[in-house]
Amino acid sequence: MNFGLSDEQELLQDTAHRFLEERWPAQKRRALVDGASGHDADLWRGMAELGLVGLMVEEKAGGAGLELLDLALVAEVLGRFAAPGPFLGHSLATLALSLGGSEAQKERWLPRLASGEAIATLALLEPGGGWDPAEWGVTVTSAGAGLRISGEKLHVPAAEIADLFVVGVAGGGLALVERTTEGVRIEAIEGVDRTRRVGRVGFAGAVANLLPGGNEAAPRLRDAGLVLLAADAFGGASRCVELSVEYAKTRVQFGVTIGHFQAVKHQLANMAVEIEPARSLYWYAAHAFDHLPAEAPRHAALAKAHLTDRFMQIARDTVEAHGGIGFTWECDVQIWYKRAMFDRAFLGTPALHRERAARLAGW
Amino acid sequence: MDLRYSKEYEEYRRKVREFLKSHWPPSGEAAKGSEAEQATRFRALAISHGCVARSIPTTYGGSGQPPDVLKAVIIAEEFGRVHAPGDVRGIGASMLVPTLLEHGREDQKHRFIPPTICGEMHWCQGYSEPGSGSDLASLKTRAELIDGEWVVNGQKIWTSGAQIAQYMFCLCRTEPDAPKHAGISYLLIDMASPGIDVRPLRQMTGTADFNEVFFTNVRVPMDSIVGKRGEGWAVSRSTLKHERNMIGDAAGSRALFEGLLRLARETKRNGKRAIDDPGVRQQLATIEGYVLSHQYSGYRQLTQAARGKDAGIAGMMNKLTSTNIGHSVAKLALDLLGDEGLVAPNNEARVMGLPPRGHAGWIIQNMWSLGVAIAGGSANIQRNVIAERGLGLPRDFAAQRESSR
Repeated sequence: MNFGLSDEQELLQDTAHRFLEERWPAQKRRALVDGASGHDADLWRGMAELGLVGLMVEEKAGGAGLELLDLALVAEVLGRFAAPGPFLGHSLATLALSLGGSEAQKERWLPRLASGEAIATLALLEPGGGWDPAEWGVTVTSAGAGLRISGEKLHVPAAEIADLFVVGVAGGGLALVERTTEGVRIEAIEGVDRTRRVGRVGFAGAVANLLPGGNEAAPRLRDAGLVLLAADAFGGASRCVELSVEYAKTRVQFGVTIGHFQAVKHQLANMAVEIEPARSLYWYAAHAFDHLPAEAPRHAALAKAHLTDRFMQIARDTVEAHGGIGFTWECDVQIWYKRAMFDRAFLGTPALHRERAARLAGW
Repeated sequence: MDLRYSKEYEEYRRKVREFLKSHWPPSGEAAKGSEAEQATRFRALAISHGCVARSIPTTYGGSGQPPDVLKAVIIAEEFGRVHAPGDVRGIGASMLVPTLLEHGREDQKHRFIPPTICGEMHWCQGYSEPGSGSDLASLKTRAELIDGEWVVNGQKIWTSGAQIAQYMFCLCRTEPDAPKHAGISYLLIDMASPGIDVRPLRQMTGTADFNEVFFTNVRVPMDSIVGKRGEGWAVSRSTLKHERNMIGDAAGSRALFEGLLRLARETKRNGKRAIDDPGVRQQLATIEGYVLSHQYSGYRQLTQAARGKDAGIAGMMNKLTSTNIGHSVAKLALDLLGDEGLVAPNNEARVMGLPPRGHAGWIIQNMWSLGVAIAGGSANIQRNVIAERGLGLPRDFAAQRESSR
C-alpha cells in the first residue's frame, strides 16, 4: 500500500512549479488578462521544452509515456499559477488520439502534438446541447472518398490558436478536423476566464476524419477531463488560501495585522479545511483512471463536483478576506475567481456529476 | 501510488480470516465468563497474532507491527464482518498509552499499558474544570506534596466514563507560583481512592456518559507522576501516532455515511424511496465528496508517516473534518426522518452506535454530533490550531499576553 507520490512525480511537480515561478510572474499574468490573447507562445514553448505538453504521449512518438496522475499533478501547478493557454484542450485532444486514433492518425499527429509544435483542442459542447456523448449532434456524412462534418461547437478552449480539433459527433464518436480545412469557421467568445479563452467553431461540410476508437475513447476522455479540472481547482483553491493568508499577515487595521482577529483566522482555517483533504480525492481519481477502471468514472465525477465546488466557494471567501480591494479588477483574486467559474462549468456542473455519481453507484 | 491488494496482502487477509474462524465467536473454554471477559481473552490472542495493538511494542504487551494501512484496513474489514472485538477504543488506549510510551517510566509502562490495550483497565481523563475549558492551562485542581504523597483537592468536569474507570490521568496544579503552563503535573489517580466523589451529568440525549469528579484530600502515591513536576502540560500534548489516528476518524465517517445511505434507501418520501429524490441524491453525493477526501487524506498521511515525513497541516484537520461531516450527516438524517423526528429516542437507543440503528439511533446521532464537535478540543479551538500552527497566523491576544508574561 502506498498512497503517495513517487520521487519522480514529486520532481515533476517541483520542476513545473519552479518553471512557472520563474517564467510566469504576476506582471505577465496581468498583461495577458488585460490583453487580446489568452495564449503566451513563449510560455507554451517553455512548457513543451520541459516535456509538459506531451506527458501522456507514448515515448516512441516523442512523449513521456506517463499517466493521468502525472498530468494532473502538472494541472494542479498550472491552476496554482493561473497559467494560460491550451494545456487542457491540448492534453485531452492528444489523449483522444492516443486512445482512439488509427496508427496513421497517431503517426501524423502525435509527434507534433507531443513537442508542442502543433496545438490541438477538444470541441464537445453544442448550442442547446450538453457535454455528454449522447447529446452530440454534429453530423459526419460520406462525400465521395472522404467524410464531411457539419454543425457547431461552443466553448471550445483555445479555438483561436488550435491547429487540430477533436470533435464530438452524433452517435458519440470523435472526428479530427484540421484548422486550415475549408468550411471551418472560428469565432472568439468573450469568455469569463481570460487565462483560458474559448471560441465557437462552425463546420460547414469541412473534410473530417473519424477516430476508429472514438466511441470507446469519448467516455474515458470525459473522465480524464474531469480529473484535470479537479486538479486545476485544487491548485487554484490552494493559491487562494495562500493569497488570503498573506493578505491577513500584511493588512493592518486597529493597529494590528488582521490575521490577529479570530473571525479572520477562523474563516481562513475553514477555507484550508475545505480544500486540503480534497487533494487526495483528485489523486485517487487520477490513480483510478490509470489503474482501477471500474472505479474511474464515479471517482472522476465526484472529484470534479467536489473540488470545483470547493474552489468556487474558496474564491468567493478570498474576495471577502481581501475586503474592497478583493472586489477590484486590479486585484489578482478575480483571476482565480474566474478560473473557478471555468473549472466549475466546463464539462458539466457539479450537480450534473453528482447525479451521475449517484447513478453509477446504483443509488 | 499503488493501492492494489498484492498477493502478500491477499495472503494476509486469508490468515486473518483463518484466525477469526478459529477464535471468534468464542467456543468451549473461551466462551466462559461475561462478554467483557471473552473479549479480553480474545484480544490477548489477537495481539499475539499481530491484529490488535499493532503500534504498541511487544515489551508492553502490544504486537509491535510496523505501520501498514492496508493491513489495518484488512483487519478492520475482517474483524468488522464477524463483529470481533478489535483495538480497544476509548481514552486510555488513544491518549494515555501514547503518552506513557513517550513520557512514562519503565515501571509505569509495564504496569499500565498491557491491561489497557486488552480492555481490562478503563481510564478517564481529568482535564477540564468548570472554569477551565478551552483555556485548559488555567486549571486550578491542586496537588500538594505532603509527607511523600500528593494530596489532591479540586473539581474536574465532563469526565466521560468516570463511573466505570479504575484510573484517571489527571492534570493538577503542583507549582502554584510558576507561570500557568509551567505549574502543572500529570498524575495517575486510582479512582477507588478515598475522597473521590463521582456525580453523573445528564446530557441532552437523556443518558449520563460523563460526570463531575470532586477531590477532597485525595492521597496519591508520589510516584504516580508521569514526567517531572511542572511538565504536565508538555506531557499531555503527546499525540497518538499510529494507524488508528489516521484511519480511525475517517473510517468512522465512512461508517456513518454508509448508515445514512441505508436510511435514505429505507425511508419513503412521496411514495418513493428517499434515495430516488434528486435533492437527496445531490446531498448524499455532496457529503460523499467530503467523506472520500477524509478517507484518502488519511491514507496519504499514513504513507507520509511511513516515509518519516510530517503530515503537516493535513494532520491538524482530521478532527474538524470529521466534525463537519457529522454535522452534515445529522442534518440530512433529520430531514429523512421527517415526522419520526418528533419522537424521543427510547432508552436502548441512547447510546451512539456506528452506524446508528433505527430512527431513534439517528436522533441520538443528531445530538451526539454536537458532543463530538465539542469534546477533545472544540471546533473553534481546532480552527485556532489550524490557523496558528498550520497557516502561520499570529497567536490570539490572550495567549500572546500570557506567553510574554
